[in-house]
Amino acid sequence: MTGIPLWAQLINLLAALLLLLAFAMLAQRRVLTLINLFAAQGFALACSTAIVAWATDQAHLYGSAALTLILKVALLPWLLHRLVRKLDVRWDVEGLLNIPTTMLVGIVLVVFAFNLAAPIEQLASTITRSTLGIAMASVMLAFLMMITRRKAIPQVIGFLAMENGLFFAATSATYGMPMVVELGIALDILVAMLILGVFFFQIREQFDSLDLKHLEKLKEGE
Amino acid sequence: MTVSGFISQILQLAIALLLAPLLLGWVNQCRAWLQNKSAPSLLLPYRTIRKLFNKDAVVAENASPVFRIMPYVVFSAMALAAAIVPSLATDLPFGRAADAIALVGLFALARVFIALAAMDLGTAFGSMGARREMFIGFLAEPALLMVLFTASLISGSTLLPTIVETINQRDLAIYPSLAFAGVAFTMVSLAENARIPIDNPATHLELTMIHEAMILEYSARHLALIEWASALKLFNYSCIGLALFMPFGIAQGSADASAILGATPVLIVKLAVGGLALALIETLSAKMRIFRAPEFLGTAFLLAVLGMLVNLLLGS
Repeated sequence: MTGIPLWAQLINLLAALLLLLAFAMLAQRRVLTLINLFAAQGFALACSTAIVAWATDQAHLYGSAALTLILKVALLPWLLHRLVRKLDVRWDVEGLLNIPTTMLVGIVLVVFAFNLAAPIEQLASTITRSTLGIAMASVMLAFLMMITRRKAIPQVIGFLAMENGLFFAATSATYGMPMVVELGIALDILVAMLILGVFFFQIREQFDSLDLKHLEKLKEGE
Repeated sequence: MTVSGFISQILQLAIALLLAPLLLGWVNQCRAWLQNKSAPSLLLPYRTIRKLFNKDAVVAENASPVFRIMPYVVFSAMALAAAIVPSLATDLPFGRAADAIALVGLFALARVFIALAAMDLGTAFGSMGARREMFIGFLAEPALLMVLFTASLISGSTLLPTIVETINQRDLAIYPSLAFAGVAFTMVSLAENARIPIDNPATHLELTMIHEAMILEYSARHLALIEWASALKLFNYSCIGLALFMPFGIAQGSADASAILGATPVLIVKLAVGGLALALIETLSAKMRIFRAPEFLGTAFLLAVLGMLVNLLLGS
């Protein structure tokens, strides 16, 4: 461990924190805590991006760090909180699988992601490349969360968390994407969030619940 | 084994035996403060033990020898563990005698005896507590082993003194894997020491109790030894945690009596902070239903495994 500069250690720590938060979200039952965990993950992401920017002298990464901070720590959680308040959906989230099983599947996914990332790490030339496995793992964990949750809001949070993971992968493998791409993605996410917010209201109006299994029926009155 | 090493070993054991009830008293006091209650005396555990030693023991007619020898076995196991854990110095004769895995085995031995003795009389409470204890134990032990393996991956040895020395000799570095392992270890310690998310140490008659249910039939000197042993268990777990994650201030190299006495104030400060943290955790969380325990300990296991994986991935 000696010989690795402090900032790299900090990035490793934040990467580990990101993974931890991904698992915490996977295990979380309450919607409000889920949103706060998502904000915390965004914060860890913004910190690690800023550290990479400082260590490699890439000015545009400061921009993406700031973007992450504004969008994922402030704006999106605020929108989600408002949605939860308006829809009055503070119930416990119920999963398709029970929590311990989900966690065990999560561990398998992490092992898979780490192995998957190993050959790619050889190709990347960045100093942060060893965190690529963690980025892959958090993408997959977010995906798992989308699969195992039944209600609409946790699924959307899973979607947003997946974007967190992708963003982290981009930072660790290639020091971030070009600014235009990043701005595009940020805008996409924001618009997706707004549209999904409208969808939530429509779904609830139709079915009196946000349980997505109602959407699987083709005919009414079954 | 040299004479001075022997003296140091005895000294560490004596300090552990004396400090353990104090730690328990400190945790109880902190918890009372945090909950706005008037705090019991810091010395209350000592007084309880003395009071119990002065009473006449009552043993049920149909009790088998297992019931009688259990307090002595458990107390000796915990005292032996206190001698092995490098709480004050690394270079002690007993420290090299058993590694971390053997230590887990020692705790398991104590657990098995408590459970057997609880089932011995055939009372409903006793066997229920024994069942629950084994249930918690079988979930907690793998997690504890994984935590110890994570620490051994860093130092390349399962001997606790070697782990302490390796971490102390390196430059100060951030180990993400140790952070995972630390959280997992905290969760396991809470479960193993019958603390609040799993068991409530403040109750004596509740359907949900685990540890208290098993020792309900004991009195006088037997009970005193059990109480002392559970204080020692808390002390041991705290010292293992400190050795793995905060090994600063533990005497290294030559371990004569003066080095041991020099390391004692550091240990007391660390334990005081740890005890306060424990009281804080206990105040902030509510007791879980017993059926939620697998989830809690499953999470601990998962964190420990994650720590190992992160260690292998990042090499730190």
